[in-house]
Amino acid sequence: MIFTIARREFQSLFLSPLAWSVLAVIQFILAYLFLTQIETFIAFQSRLAQISHAPGITDIIVAPLFSNAAVILLLVTPLLTMRTLCEERRNKTLTLLLSAPLSTTDIVLGKYLSIIGLLTCIVAMTGLMSLALLFGGELDFGKWFCNLLGLLLLTAAFAALGLYLSSLASHPTIAAIGSFGLLLLLWIIDWKAGLKNQSSDVLEYISMLRHFQNLQSGLLDSQDVLYFVLFCATFLILSIFRLEYERLQK
Amino acid sequence: MTALIEAKNLSRFYGRQCAVDDVSFNLNKGEILGFLGKNGAGKTTTMQMLCGCLAPSAGQILINGIDLLDQPKQAKSALGYLPDTPPLYKDLTVHEFLHYCARLHRVPRQRCAKAVHKAEQRCGLESVRHRLINQLSKGFQQRVGIAQSILHEPDVIILDEPTVGLDPIQIQEIRQLIKQLGEEHGIILSTHILSEVQQSCSHVQIIDQGRLILKESIAGLNRLMNTERIKLRTRQPIDIDTIKALDGITAVEVQSPHDYIVHFHAKTAVTDILAACVLENRWGLEAIAPLKKSMEDIFISLTTQTHA
Repeated sequence: MIFTIARREFQSLFLSPLAWSVLAVIQFILAYLFLTQIETFIAFQSRLAQISHAPGITDIIVAPLFSNAAVILLLVTPLLTMRTLCEERRNKTLTLLLSAPLSTTDIVLGKYLSIIGLLTCIVAMTGLMSLALLFGGELDFGKWFCNLLGLLLLTAAFAALGLYLSSLASHPTIAAIGSFGLLLLLWIIDWKAGLKNQSSDVLEYISMLRHFQNLQSGLLDSQDVLYFVLFCATFLILSIFRLEYERLQK
Repeated sequence: MTALIEAKNLSRFYGRQCAVDDVSFNLNKGEILGFLGKNGAGKTTTMQMLCGCLAPSAGQILINGIDLLDQPKQAKSALGYLPDTPPLYKDLTVHEFLHYCARLHRVPRQRCAKAVHKAEQRCGLESVRHRLINQLSKGFQQRVGIAQSILHEPDVIILDEPTVGLDPIQIQEIRQLIKQLGEEHGIILSTHILSEVQQSCSHVQIIDQGRLILKESIAGLNRLMNTERIKLRTRQPIDIDTIKALDGITAVEVQSPHDYIVHFHAKTAVTDILAACVLENRWGLEAIAPLKKSMEDIFISLTTQTHA
């Protein structure tokens, strides 16, 4: 049942120009950033060759590419998730799902998986773009894989939070602004720690950026992976509760 | 035989406002139950509770003997529901949409195509099956909504104002369809069009301010409507006191020297007695006919009674 909903939602993302335009815009911007990164690398190449244990192309090109992709997705994911539950409620199509023999868990997970499907496409395309470097050099596939995994986990977390806000909001725009604000806050929350020159462990742990950067460096730490998994689970459960609550209260 | 729907003491509050107050009723197979009420009387709330879209504040709902609140998935699989606004994904074609609905209602994959085809046929959607729902007229969208609610052959079909926005011919078709479906399924339909209930339902319930104020079969309702007033026309003026003295007659209204309306409340064969009396006195009987009380009259009298 979950997959029936997920497939339908995924297809309808591609029925509207939304998914296509998002893919196109992201791909275009990333390609541009990718090329400038290659330029930088070429400029420094001769000097790098003189240093022993110098950072390779994976560090100089791939890691920044994924960082850039993360920032762009921070902007884009709220736009993808804003309509999921909110629009259903506005168009009164939610009753179709609620009166069908489905649980709210099926509905929420179905919606979530469809968004994850699209995000996986975006992440995969970013990964493929970095594979183009194989034409002119070698990649550290361990790091490349960690970057890919990090970005996927990160966007999954973005989507879970976006979905929850979509279940709360009465208008898609509000859902988008809300989730964008929250995500940005979680992104930068540990900056304050550096400002006063004293590190706050709690804020540092909450920050999404910190966990993402750990993964990007090629360090596959269960703590970071768990952070993202818990993050997703929390917001998905909250969304399920929210839908249940609506049935009870309204 | 268990009832298809058994609603026991349903209540629903929105905050402190009571939308549905202690409503109980049953629906059996082969019954078409008309749900009548003014706007805001609690029709839609009751229907939403029956479909599991809204949890009741108190009470129990059994569908096919399965508790809707304890085992929602099993109970809902016997339900087809058309809300007051048809829930349509406007960016899909009719065919795609119905296919998706069939899958949502757990119609096995190999039977999907057949079920969708049958629903399209029944609701007259064959000509528009490959068009986007967005581009369809309101009447067609309504039909897609109905098709969606019947395509998995549910035991119980709940239709919230199914004929809204349809033209008279379509209304006739939908009524035919409802009657046809009513033979094998149990149907609840809400409406505020009284004649619709008379034409397509076997039972009627009137709900007002959240309370059920009338539960009657259509035959019973018709009896209620046929009695109580007789129109009488004679060639000679009649003696009102003689008529009044007859058994069961309460009042005589004089409309003109030849036209009268006779009120009575007993269930005696007043027509016979009245006719015999007129003939006996040689007043020259010209016409005698029971005056039909319209459903509107009953509806208004019932709903205003509760206000008083």
